Amino acid sequence: MKKRIATVSLAGCFGCHMSLLDIDERLLELLQQVDFDRSPLNDLKRFTRRCDIGLVEGGCCNEENVHTLQEFRRNCDVLVAVGQCAVMGGLPVMRNAIMHSDDPLRECLETAYLNSDKVYNPSNRIPSDEALPLMLDKVYTLADVVKVDYQIPGCPPSGDTLWNTLKALLAGRPVELTYEQLRYD
Amino acid sequence: MSKILKFEIDGVEIEARRGQSIMQAADDAGVYIPRLCDVEGLEPQGSCRVCVVKQNGRVVSACTQPAIEGSQVENETEEILGYRRDLVRMLYHEGNHLCPICEASGRCELQAMGYRLGITQATKYPYLQPVRPVDASHPDIVLDTNRCILCGRCIRASRDVDGKHVFEYVGRGINKRVGVNGNRLADTDVELKDRAIDLATCPVGCIIQKGQGFFAPIGERQFDKRPITLGVGPGKEKKT
Repeated sequence: MKKRIATVSLAGCFGCHMSLLDIDERLLELLQQVDFDRSPLNDLKRFTRRCDIGLVEGGCCNEENVHTLQEFRRNCDVLVAVGQCAVMGGLPVMRNAIMHSDDPLRECLETAYLNSDKVYNPSNRIPSDEALPLMLDKVYTLADVVKVDYQIPGCPPSGDTLWNTLKALLAGRPVELTYEQLRYD
Repeated sequence: MSKILKFEIDGVEIEARRGQSIMQAADDAGVYIPRLCDVEGLEPQGSCRVCVVKQNGRVVSACTQPAIEGSQVENETEEILGYRRDLVRMLYHEGNHLCPICEASGRCELQAMGYRLGITQATKYPYLQPVRPVDASHPDIVLDTNRCILCGRCIRASRDVDGKHVFEYVGRGINKRVGVNGNRLADTDVELKDRAIDLATCPVGCIIQKGQGFFAPIGERQFDKRPITLGVGPGKEKKT
């Protein structure tokens, strides 16, 4: 039977999804083995049924990220953290480094929207629309929030790295990466 | 007593001069034992424990343990590799090792050790995410101790080679960190030409030379093609 895969990008840049497309013609081979459920690749916004594999890119920087991640954990047998942001926070986690400030989140938002020389913001307000998800006090890795079964490091992991890992996962054997395929940046 | 003694590393006979450490004898024989805190030209201090080996069944650090006549040393066994993976993983979790944004990426020995040991498994430790302030006061040097692995190479280089004592450990236990001999780096007598500031001294991106940036492109960096080993190590890549 075909396996079902779901993918999502939380606090990520979609670079890991672009890398997944970098497997090129092997996408056809992949599609013979799997069906895609909820994923930005097919624009499905909700799970249609339980999935075998969930690929999650990016860490958690707001409330919605946490809810989405928990939904993935509930609906996927195997959850894979893809890329450095999912594994250890990546670029967004730089925000945590100003935690020595008394009010780090405010300092971060004020620098981004008010105080920086490069900001053009005539309203002089920090966006606070109700439709915007609430920011978390700091950026969390996937493993901080749910149990993660596997991780694929890289920023982004190369197409070959993703392909080899997926192939091994689908075949139920340990992944073998060459020296050049294992990267943390 | 003869000056030369013989012992075995993973079943291969090695010769050592009496008084040599396991690491020195292995280096002379061309056998690589992974290490982070030990570097050529500085006194070994045995603090990172990455060079952990078993000598006659006892777990020791190869850089500080003298070679013993007729002993059996285990270096590349599954058990030892497991210890090393855990040690390197813990170093990764103790600091802010954000490879994608660090200019030491590609020439970082901690990262290279992760690659060499093939660390890809999902994490089992929490990230401590230290928030120590970055010291960019010096005109030529930046000190970001959030990336420090407490190897003490800068401390030994400054004390023993430069004769300056710019760096020193402060605090104890989990609060231990590297401090400078003054309120900030600009108040010390540290200079860019010091051995402590040399790119080969800091194994990570804790001591950064200003104006260097990401000088080697991805694909041509020190550890992009070859794993860290004897001769492929600190200081073999320099900005020209």
